[in-house]
Amino acid sequence: MSPAAPAAARPPFASLKRLPEFLVIWVPLLISAGHVVTFALWTTWMSFTPSTLVPADGFVGLRNYNAVLATRNWKIAFDNLLLFGSGFVVLSLSAGLILAILLDQRIRGENVLRSIFLYPLAVSFVVTGTVWSWLLNPGIGIQKLVNDLGWTSFRFDWLIDRDMAIWTIVITAVWQSCGFAMALFLAGLRSVDGDLVKAAQIDGTGPVRIYRRVILPTLWPITITVAVIQLQFAITTFDLVRALTGGGPGIATQLPALVVYDFMFQRGNLGRGAAAAVLMLLVLLAVLLPHWTWRAIQNRRAARG
Amino acid sequence: MSALVIRDLHKRFGTTEVLKGINLDIDSGDFTVLVGPSGCGKSTLLNIIAGLETASSGDIEIGGRLVNAIPPKDRDIAMVFQTYALYPSMTVRQNITFGMECRNVPKAAQNQAVERVAKLLQIEPLLARKPAQLSGGQRQRVAMGRALVRDPKLFLFDEPLSNLDAKLRVEMRMEIKQLHARIGTSIVYVTHDQIEAMTMATRIAVMHQGEVQQFADPDTVYNRPANLFVARFMGAPPMNTVMARIDAGAVVVGDIRLPAPEAAAAWQGREVVLGIRPECIAEPTRLFGDGSAPIVITAPVEMTEPTGAETIVVMRLGGEKVLGRVAPDTRLANGATARFAVDTRKLCLFDPQTERLIA
Amino acid sequence: MADTSINIRRIIVYGIVWVVAAAWLFPLVVVILNSLRTAEEIAQTSMIGWPRVWAWGNYTQAWDTYCIAQTCSGIRPYMLNSALVTIPATLISTLLGAVAGYAVSLWRFRGDSWIYGIVTIGIFLPQQMRLLPWTLVLRDLGLTNTLAGLVMIHTIQGMSFTTLFCRNYYVSIPADLMKAAKIDGAGFFRIFWRIVLPLSPPILIVTVIWQFTHIWNEFLYGVTFTTGTQQPVTAALIALATSVADVPQHGIQSAAVVVAALPTLLVYLFGGRYFVRGLTAGAVK
Repeated sequence: MSPAAPAAARPPFASLKRLPEFLVIWVPLLISAGHVVTFALWTTWMSFTPSTLVPADGFVGLRNYNAVLATRNWKIAFDNLLLFGSGFVVLSLSAGLILAILLDQRIRGENVLRSIFLYPLAVSFVVTGTVWSWLLNPGIGIQKLVNDLGWTSFRFDWLIDRDMAIWTIVITAVWQSCGFAMALFLAGLRSVDGDLVKAAQIDGTGPVRIYRRVILPTLWPITITVAVIQLQFAITTFDLVRALTGGGPGIATQLPALVVYDFMFQRGNLGRGAAAAVLMLLVLLAVLLPHWTWRAIQNRRAARG
Repeated sequence: MSALVIRDLHKRFGTTEVLKGINLDIDSGDFTVLVGPSGCGKSTLLNIIAGLETASSGDIEIGGRLVNAIPPKDRDIAMVFQTYALYPSMTVRQNITFGMECRNVPKAAQNQAVERVAKLLQIEPLLARKPAQLSGGQRQRVAMGRALVRDPKLFLFDEPLSNLDAKLRVEMRMEIKQLHARIGTSIVYVTHDQIEAMTMATRIAVMHQGEVQQFADPDTVYNRPANLFVARFMGAPPMNTVMARIDAGAVVVGDIRLPAPEAAAAWQGREVVLGIRPECIAEPTRLFGDGSAPIVITAPVEMTEPTGAETIVVMRLGGEKVLGRVAPDTRLANGATARFAVDTRKLCLFDPQTERLIA
Repeated sequence: MADTSINIRRIIVYGIVWVVAAAWLFPLVVVILNSLRTAEEIAQTSMIGWPRVWAWGNYTQAWDTYCIAQTCSGIRPYMLNSALVTIPATLISTLLGAVAGYAVSLWRFRGDSWIYGIVTIGIFLPQQMRLLPWTLVLRDLGLTNTLAGLVMIHTIQGMSFTTLFCRNYYVSIPADLMKAAKIDGAGFFRIFWRIVLPLSPPILIVTVIWQFTHIWNEFLYGVTFTTGTQQPVTAALIALATSVADVPQHGIQSAAVVVAALPTLLVYLFGGRYFVRGLTAGAVK
């Protein structure tokens, strides 16, 4: 049934006999949809109240927002988010694209390789973060290994370096999820119309040029989709940082999600926590809304053309 | 008695009206074909008859009973779909018995009914198979079996042959017609293929833009189309339509004068649209019907299309392109002027404004 | 000439992909090897090395006796908690999502696209926006610090995904099939049970794998809404990794990490195809 198909006009639950299906359809859907709406509204409302340890009534305008925005914690978290978000997305997209192109060269063992690049996605960020925290720990990890092997001046201590620590999160996140970009790019490369390639071949186009001019341009929509999904992940990242750096050293690797948690459950300031959560949501919407609009325009164009 | 009565049926989707007041009275035992181009509303009408969609207004009676508010399963109908719609996870037998299972028919009666239908359609060897293991023609048979087993008051067919290849389609066409002759149940059959309509129907309803253009037996629809749409839709190639003038009992097209039907007298001196079937323009030696010498005209030949059994000729008549059908051994040169016999008994005249048949 | 350049190119391609693959496997190999090395050995060298003696005892300790935040029962209770949360939540959310997806895609009713739209927006609503409301809901229902509370949260939130997955799969069921079933007299439940569900195994496997992986790996709710021995294993791992013993017990900790990661890794190993399909299905929302 196409989504444009008009709804049947007959009321679906005309008789009492259909009460069971009425309940089965509506109760779960209403709970699910209801929690999305009410929770979002309630948290937003909280962000305008003077709530501290417990929810409180009252309206304080933008006080919580101003307070959150003024904290060093949030400023660092937001700067980190910009750095982490762009670094992570750029690196994981390019790594994913390169891997996908390499895997697309009809190489043997493609399935095994694909499974290897994708397995981190099946593992919890807590596990990933923990393991990488060991590997990146200069006292016991890679630096120690290289030092022991004889290169004693080798330094790889980003994990405890305030300026570089955020990059350990980038490395780990890229390691964990560039397989996702690879999988989607590979699917995109494989779905290019064979006739298009044949037509280009008949025109005498060489393989490299076919790749550059015919195949890669078709990947734009996938690139944008993957970028949006990965940005969404970056904005809400929590587990990975908790396990890898705990936000440290100091607060050098704070991210908005950690700030929210910190306000809500460690400092017991629900109002500010809610304000930070709403700020996070706004950042997320700044990414999602343009994307949704773009998709809607694309869909409308596709429907018309 | 009427098997199906449709009264002033309207269907609107938002502001677009897809059915604009349909009225049909289908006699018991008739094989009625709803035919029309895609988007004419025929499938919507069928769905409304089945109860799968509801009308915006109007009444539907099946077997003398008003069924507007009755769900599909209680309308005493059975339906065969274009995609066959066989339940993929069930065997052929289960597909056929599913409806009876829903109506709590006893097992023994179910088996009996399956045997009867399987024998009728010669699908006994297929009963244990899944739909995926069947060929297109076999699926088609099973789909009909599922409908037949209900023994309903009315069969509904929704383009059931359009997914078959050309050869199989012709075979199934005959088979459905024979089946109808044997069981005698009323059928409403939707198709966009006018040949299917002509070959199978006892009554044809030609639909266009949400309206029934003509509802009559195949012969009438073909020879006396109610309007220009029907004239151009039915027949392959369709009826030629050219501008003409009535002058002193003659239809004048360019420099050609053909005897006008009597009813044309009222149009003396006015413009009309002349409709003439391609088979009414033939090689000059052809004798039509009663054996009297036909009128012979001359026209320039533009192109010929031999089909084997006959040759289609494209010629110019009064400046307009017109098709004729001549015997395959007729020798015609492109660009040359040739002579053609015209069967003037079957001329149709249409009002150029209303596009309705005048005579 | 042309042949050699092609060969060289292929060697480079193979070289790059396998080097990257090795880097991708590196952390997994390291943690597995470490889980079989003694603490002393790791302390003397580094986290990276081949076991001199195979310390299988790490696993029994990690499973049964290792102390995590004052409780010395290994990760066993936490694994059990995770299982008791993940399995019911996965099954219930998949079932509800299948029914909801079926209703939304094959039974048009007033408001269907609205409610479906809101449910799927739930995919994008960050957990941080729901932390406080869930806290209150759990408190009011008396489910604070219970596994049942986590099951409820994951079921309701999971419905966003499961409904989306199933709906997108069910829309491809031909409309004619539904019409045929309605004319045959089948109702909402019979059509679901006899026609739709038998067609569903592919999407149900995708959904179950997706839900299982996500819920098992979830951390924020686990750490926020449960404490002590009620916590799922992801929360316990953080406590374990940050617990400071006299001597760092990296061997035992590695064993615990391996055990905690094992369920989802096994699911990935045996259902990889479906796992990837879930990833891409989620992307095309």
